[in-house]
Amino acid sequence: MSPLKTAREIPIGGMIVEPGNSLNYHTGSWASKQPRLDIAKCTGCAFCMNYCPDDCIKSGQVDGQFRATGIKYEYCKGCGVCVAVCKFDALKME
Amino acid sequence: MSDTTKKAFTGADAASWAMKQINPDVVAAYPMTPQTAIVQNFARYVADGLVDTEYVTAESEHSVMSATIGAVAAGGRAMTATSSAGLALMAEMVGVASGLRLPMVMAVANRALSAPINIHGDHSDVYLVKDLGWIQVFSEDPQEVYENMIMAVRISEHPDIQLPVEVNQDGFITSHAVERVDVLEDATVQEFVGQKKLDKYLLDLEHPVTIGPLELQDYYFETQKQRNDAMFKAMEVIPQIEAEFSKITGKIYGWLEEYRMDDAEVAIVVMSSTAGTAKGVVDAMREQGKKVGLIKPRYIRPFPADALVASLKKVKRAAVMDRAISFGAEGGALFNELSSAMYQRDGQTHMQSILFGLGGRDITPADIEGIFQGLLDGDEQLIKYVGVRE
Amino acid sequence: MTQKIFEVRFHGRGGQGAKTASQFLAEAALDEGKYIQAFPEYGPERTGAPMRAFVRISDEPIRIHSGVEHPDLVLVIDPSLIGIVDVTEGLTDAGIVMVNSPKSPQEIGAQLKFTGKLYTIDATTIALQELGKNIPNTCVLGALLKVLPIVKIDAMKKQMEHKFGKKFGEAMVQKNLKAIQRGFDEVKG
Repeated sequence: MSPLKTAREIPIGGMIVEPGNSLNYHTGSWASKQPRLDIAKCTGCAFCMNYCPDDCIKSGQVDGQFRATGIKYEYCKGCGVCVAVCKFDALKME
Repeated sequence: MSDTTKKAFTGADAASWAMKQINPDVVAAYPMTPQTAIVQNFARYVADGLVDTEYVTAESEHSVMSATIGAVAAGGRAMTATSSAGLALMAEMVGVASGLRLPMVMAVANRALSAPINIHGDHSDVYLVKDLGWIQVFSEDPQEVYENMIMAVRISEHPDIQLPVEVNQDGFITSHAVERVDVLEDATVQEFVGQKKLDKYLLDLEHPVTIGPLELQDYYFETQKQRNDAMFKAMEVIPQIEAEFSKITGKIYGWLEEYRMDDAEVAIVVMSSTAGTAKGVVDAMREQGKKVGLIKPRYIRPFPADALVASLKKVKRAAVMDRAISFGAEGGALFNELSSAMYQRDGQTHMQSILFGLGGRDITPADIEGIFQGLLDGDEQLIKYVGVRE
Repeated sequence: MTQKIFEVRFHGRGGQGAKTASQFLAEAALDEGKYIQAFPEYGPERTGAPMRAFVRISDEPIRIHSGVEHPDLVLVIDPSLIGIVDVTEGLTDAGIVMVNSPKSPQEIGAQLKFTGKLYTIDATTIALQELGKNIPNTCVLGALLKVLPIVKIDAMKKQMEHKFGKKFGEAMVQKNLKAIQRGFDEVKG
């Protein structure tokens, strides 16, 4: 972690001036378990992607088909909702 | 002295246990970190049938205070709890409760005001409302919370006072820390607080009254002077009630607590949990031969000017620590009131304002030692921030 | 005389019982006539997020209310925190570390780059066996008391019976008592 800034160095009013800097906050350490993706079972229904509260499911084209392609483990907090909504057993908490 | 039972209680547990033993007619509740456990514990007591209290869940703290006002105006004994933004939200009604001269007790787990949002302990919330006519007492640890809550009922209801009382404790630092608390028996507490004496504030169809009218330029000032007179009358009454409670617990209370002040050359003035940490520092520095002492105010309203100045006059230099910034003021709120009191009494003690601990920033023994050492070295800085990255 | 205060830091994740463990320890010490303090420190307050809990134990009333900076003892309830959190931070020279892990003290010591006194207890496995749940806190407490009898193991067991009896019933109490005892018996180091 970078050293803490002084009162003179921070923006006023607690404002966050760097758009999207929550990307610097790797909350993956919060998870005691995280999901493993089995791409072979994925049908590309995108339920997991739509439900994930932290936008941690990566997607892309696999053999010309839209599929989930991976998990952003540095952010995934291990809530397990993706596993709960996947109807195809493509995700498992480990 | 009465029998006690040893408990492992947080400050929140201590407050809610006192409320349970007091068994008020009404408790209005709304959650707010870090006081939530107070009203949550009490909800469990209500559900388990351990109290006869009517528990009113309101939609906001403003309504909580309104409900408490209604309950007391109708003749009931009522209590509640809040913190920070909740206290700020109910501020309008906090003034009303005092203006209507309604006895009630509110536990506040002191927490930083927004913005930015911070859930941790500092005194900005109590400072916000300190001039609204509530008696304000501070508790160093869960044991003091317990005892202050019980005494507060008698103080607020005393016929010469009839002002609401706020019992403060440091958010998280005290409210969430488990410590040993020696609690009295239910009967002892019940006997001490007694039945509320009903006078005009009662839904009495035989003797109807109007509460909360409009007062124009012809009367408003008189009513407010009357209210301030009650505050000053409290200065005579509070020691009596505390003396009565002392017979039960064997402890001394008072406007302030002095620690190793008799031959001190310099002193720190600080309220609440930090005073506890400071006592350890006093002992450590005394072992090095440094003549330091501590003054811990218990009440800030009414402001015990005579007692505080008498104590401060014992030293040549003092640092007054405020756990809140009064933005734009020359120093903290307690510092300013004390400076004024000193000046009015021709005091010669050189005083310094210390601003510390905002938003739950830890105040360590090393920090406090630094403040004492600064005093011993004749530090001339009028306002000093301790613990901030400047 | 500067007061002698024994300071403990627990590392856990929200929901694992580190705070409860800190309270059990404190209350057991209170029952034995000590003065105590127990308080949690959360970052984001949610299940799984790393948190810490602290205990102070002393023969005299404890007046300090600032944070624990130099613990005499560190207990790591969740070994997955090693590497994420500096669990040996501030530890006194004679300080002791105890980790819930199936690994040996030597292995954990290497992982932590810590050469002081280190103990391990496979509390997760024991908890799963005895309680049927992954709540290792009571087992870790049992292990702690073998290494450092801050309170007598019987005092801790009494605390457990008292606290758990009301909440979880006799069966769970007995299971936890077994977990404590196994922690006590099986700690390595």
